[in-house]
Amino acid sequence: MADQSPAAVEFADFSLWYGTFQAIYGVDLAVKEGKITSMIGPSGCGKSTLLRSVNRINERLGYVRTEGHVRVLGHDVYAAENSLVQVRKQVGMVFQRPNVLPLSIRDNILFGHRLHDGGKDAEDALLESALRQVLLWDDVKDRLNRRAQGLSLEQQQKLCIARLLPVKPRILLMDEPCSALDPKGTEAVEELIWELRGAYTILLVTHNMAQARRASEECVFMLMGKLIEHTATDQMFVSPRCPETADYIEGRYG
Amino acid sequence: MTDRKADPAVDRRDVAWWSDKAVSVLVFLGGISAILFIIGIFVFITREGFGFGEHFKAGEIFGSTRWAPTSDSNPTYGILALVAGTASVTGLAMLIAVPFSLGAAIYIAEFAKGRTREVLKVLVEMLAAIPSVVWGFIGLTIMNPLIIQTFDVPIGLCVLNSGLILGLMAAPIMTTIAEDALKAVPDSYREAAEALGATRWQVTRRVVLPAARQGLLAAVLLGVGRGFGETMAVLMASGHSINLPTSPFDSVRALTATIAAELGETAVGSPHYQALFMLGILLFAVTFLINLAADLIVRGIRKG
Repeated sequence: MADQSPAAVEFADFSLWYGTFQAIYGVDLAVKEGKITSMIGPSGCGKSTLLRSVNRINERLGYVRTEGHVRVLGHDVYAAENSLVQVRKQVGMVFQRPNVLPLSIRDNILFGHRLHDGGKDAEDALLESALRQVLLWDDVKDRLNRRAQGLSLEQQQKLCIARLLPVKPRILLMDEPCSALDPKGTEAVEELIWELRGAYTILLVTHNMAQARRASEECVFMLMGKLIEHTATDQMFVSPRCPETADYIEGRYG
Repeated sequence: MTDRKADPAVDRRDVAWWSDKAVSVLVFLGGISAILFIIGIFVFITREGFGFGEHFKAGEIFGSTRWAPTSDSNPTYGILALVAGTASVTGLAMLIAVPFSLGAAIYIAEFAKGRTREVLKVLVEMLAAIPSVVWGFIGLTIMNPLIIQTFDVPIGLCVLNSGLILGLMAAPIMTTIAEDALKAVPDSYREAAEALGATRWQVTRRVVLPAARQGLLAAVLLGVGRGFGETMAVLMASGHSINLPTSPFDSVRALTATIAAELGETAVGSPHYQALFMLGILLFAVTFLINLAADLIVRGIRKG
């Protein structure tokens, strides 16, 4: 299956160390634009680390060292001349636990917009369209000034996705976005992610192989900090190329 | 089915069981004794101070600046100047301490990394441990000539001097409490804001400071309480003369310093003695209210 769509995120011989511990070993990966790419693998295989390298959010820890390149829309995010703030504008991120800010629903949605000096006039329209895109508008339109922490976890996670949209990112990083949700919430958020494909390039880390199968078009399998296999999701789960992938998918380890 | 006899092995009172009981009784006594002591102190101060009732003229006490309890002909007990002294010194101290301690707390909690942060934290805590008489000494021997020289005033023991000293004294404890308040803000908020492209200062200003608002207010209030109750440093650096201050270079006398300086020289049970205890009640009430307010605010954080 030849695919012409260009890479939205590209890792080139990328390695990463936490202190002296090497978490990522020379990963080469091209994430196709407009697709949902899921990343699977056992705990500690580096999938979250790889995801967090795209917007360099893992450097908050302060003892991270990298080699190689990560290019987002053609820009090397580790090159000194590229501004991290601009990169993060293009790359939205959703975390494991919904981390709404202790502000009103409105202020949460418009937080990024205001950070980047968006105009005041556009706010109402942005607010509505963001909430509509995540199917939350009807639930919250009457309480936009209430604290976002009063929402259910599912609604909070949707809000966390909606909050990214006014900044108009091209890429969404999702780090196990459903792990704190019940099956109903998981289903709703998965559906939402599926709706967003095409408009955004989505990188989805998941612990749940069934989720990767349901909710992604491309699939990446990682093991011990190395990228083992990257194919279309259908193919990965039906006829994996590498024996490690097959063993993992069949549940022999991990 | 017959009733099963209780297995004695399950109900064994061994050393661990008894020591647990003993410790819980001891801890209970320790906890309750603190409360008893406070009530005892309160009762004692109140009893000594309430004897002042017969000389109590509210208009004179709160309306007059003349504090002359030892006058033979006309003893007056106006505390207005003393209140003004305490208020001016505390107020100036807070003007100095609040920006410095909040700045230090923000730097330590949000900007400093690794070693720098650890070293700074230890240093701030060491500053908090300097005895107040040492601060008073600094006020007397270093600040005093410095103020006289710099501002060309006849005396350097004044509101400015004691306010500065008190501000420096209150800053470390306020820094520590404010830093705790900032640390209590969940890291997930910072991560969320940073991922949206916020700079470190934007994260601090738009997310961390609003979230820590109550804790920071509590830190300031505790600083005010500290300033209000501080005695020795103020006694040494304020000039200790009864005055309604009109400029930072006026000498003043604080409530606490008055008690400390005069109580030893009064006859037990005399009106002067009782008047000093009345000042004590006033201080007690004000610091109690401030601490209570701070405590309620901190509780609010945990709930909110």
